Amino acid sequence: MKSFNTITSTCVSMPAENVDTDQIIPARFLKATDREGFGDNLFRDWRFDAEGNPKPDFILNQTGVKGEVLIAGKNFGCGSSREHAAWALYDYGFRVVVSSFFADIFRNNALNNGLLPVQLPEDFIQDLFSALEQDPSLKATVDLTNQQFAILGSEKSSGFEINAHKKTCLLQGLDDIDYLINQRDQIIAYEQAGRKV
Amino acid sequence: MSAKTLFEKVWDKHVVSQIQDGPSVIYIDRHFIHEVTSPQAFEGLRSRGIGVFRPDQTIATADHNVPTIDQHLPIKDKLSRLQVQKLTNNCQEFGLELYGLGHQYQGIVHVIGPELGITRPGMTIVCGDSHTSTHGAFGAIAFGIGTSEVEQVLATQCVLQPKPLSMKIEVDGPLASGVLSKDIILYVASKISTSGATGHFIEYTGSTIRGLSMEARMTICNMSIEMGARGGMIAPDDTTFEYLKGRKFGPHGVAWDYYLKQWKELYTDPDATFDASYKFDAADIVPMITYGTNPGMGMKITGRIPSGPDNQKALEYMGLTAGEQLLGKQINHVFIGSCTNSRIEDLRLVASLVKGKQKSPHVHAMVIPGSKQVEQQAKQEGLDQILEAAGFQLRQPGCSACLGMNEDKIPPGEYCVSTSNRNFEGRQGPGARTILASPLTAAATALAGCISDVREII
Ligand code: SF4
Repeated sequence: MKSFNTITSTCVSMPAENVDTDQIIPARFLKATDREGFGDNLFRDWRFDAEGNPKPDFILNQTGVKGEVLIAGKNFGCGSSREHAAWALYDYGFRVVVSSFFADIFRNNALNNGLLPVQLPEDFIQDLFSALEQDPSLKATVDLTNQQFAILGSEKSSGFEINAHKKTCLLQGLDDIDYLINQRDQIIAYEQAGRKV
Repeated sequence: MSAKTLFEKVWDKHVVSQIQDGPSVIYIDRHFIHEVTSPQAFEGLRSRGIGVFRPDQTIATADHNVPTIDQHLPIKDKLSRLQVQKLTNNCQEFGLELYGLGHQYQGIVHVIGPELGITRPGMTIVCGDSHTSTHGAFGAIAFGIGTSEVEQVLATQCVLQPKPLSMKIEVDGPLASGVLSKDIILYVASKISTSGATGHFIEYTGSTIRGLSMEARMTICNMSIEMGARGGMIAPDDTTFEYLKGRKFGPHGVAWDYYLKQWKELYTDPDATFDASYKFDAADIVPMITYGTNPGMGMKITGRIPSGPDNQKALEYMGLTAGEQLLGKQINHVFIGSCTNSRIEDLRLVASLVKGKQKSPHVHAMVIPGSKQVEQQAKQEGLDQILEAAGFQLRQPGCSACLGMNEDKIPPGEYCVSTSNRNFEGRQGPGARTILASPLTAAATALAGCISDVREII
């Protein structure tokens, strides 16, 4: 996993609520057996029509809209546990997703792939949507070390929470699996203590 | 000792260690895998040069991608075929038990675990699939994980998990005739919303829940995730023990007595507290249907679609308007299946309703058994003949039109009354419009050709 520290980038605004992982990456694109290439089908059915032509109204198809920070409505990533959703967002180029509320499995999946979920207060996010509507070129700085989200050149900023362990992992680019493999002695001791069901 | 919830009793027993200010290392008793969310995890093991830590605690099946006709032939879709083949190769290479296509135990992962007695009370169970919550019906902590976590479990038999908050959902009183556990959970989801239980692990209690069969309890726990919960569980009782007795891979003889004693300790102590609680009266629950694009958007079958700014986008997709009644709406597709409602009890209910009747000519009605064993049992009981005589197509086991990864898709713009668990945009195929309901409501709809209230024909 790549480490994450601070990024400054333009933002993509997507106010839809309850964006489920079936929208982020529809099931029919889950047939690959590696982690690459899912970005092409990110938000597939919102982005393209049945013939594969871009739908002009969709935010990612609008000229000049790009950035590493996705700002989304509440309850982002609900539904299926498919980690492909996090892979698709990352592969497309996002490094941060901002929402007032994340579904649990998605949050874990994102963190396990170097994609930072930033949870901010609902009214702050509503403010962001309005600000971005007026000026889509606004840039955000996301500083993981200091747990700060700020809009460059404005007063708009907010702290955010992150689990201390996950923060360390992200800053150092360490996977949970490395941590667990180092715990094997303890795991074996657990098994030998007869606590297995 | 302080009072504990059922969840805490099971959780505490599985904590290997605790990271300061971080998640717990949780030991996993049983791990299920399938073809879609596992290939990248095996790739990870390979690139680290390690094997599976406890191969006898992982069970594999092919379900998401598989066709539901002609399962003896090679899978036509190339990518699906490759993915299923990859699962077979990975299981061989890493020494895992596989119930692949054609195997007598193959089926939807959340159907086969319980029916084979692999799922048991007091266990921790994970799978790279959000509906792993189904297994909670046995008093297990069961939850869905992502592929990175699948790799963690393969490599160490553990996952890192923060301890969730607790939620109690109590339902009391007798259920009216024609009302099934699917209606209970659609009702609860409509009250709590699609995100109302996020961060929580649910325990379902109350006399209504106690009165349900194991199959019906699994339907409830299955849909916990549709309210955002990590999982849902029900304390094991005589119904649970009765179901488990004699199951293929369950304990037998002295082992049975030993486990039974332990299972009887699995309940929430009277003084234990929950972070959130809800209480519902079964008398308020009638057959339910959904009108929108998440499972929390449900209403009484006789109801009118509520208005509200939040509904607008969903109603546009569904081609419906606020204030409209769905009862009587023409429907061309009925899907009876998925890990929510594809067990033998579901098929029996459907068969008993449609026996001697005919589906409406314009309806395409599919019945997909949850497993090879359910399919066999249905045939032994003659349900296949009843269904076929009524014009319902009994196909072979798999996830099928629940998520449309195989050919079983609903055409764009068409409505499907479905016994599955998700009505998300495009879930059953691009542009498909899903209306979630119980197996009885689905069957009644297929007979009438339009959305019907099953209470009027029983
Ligand atoms: S039946 Fe549907 S919900 Fe259940 S495991 Fe299969 S795809 Fe997932």
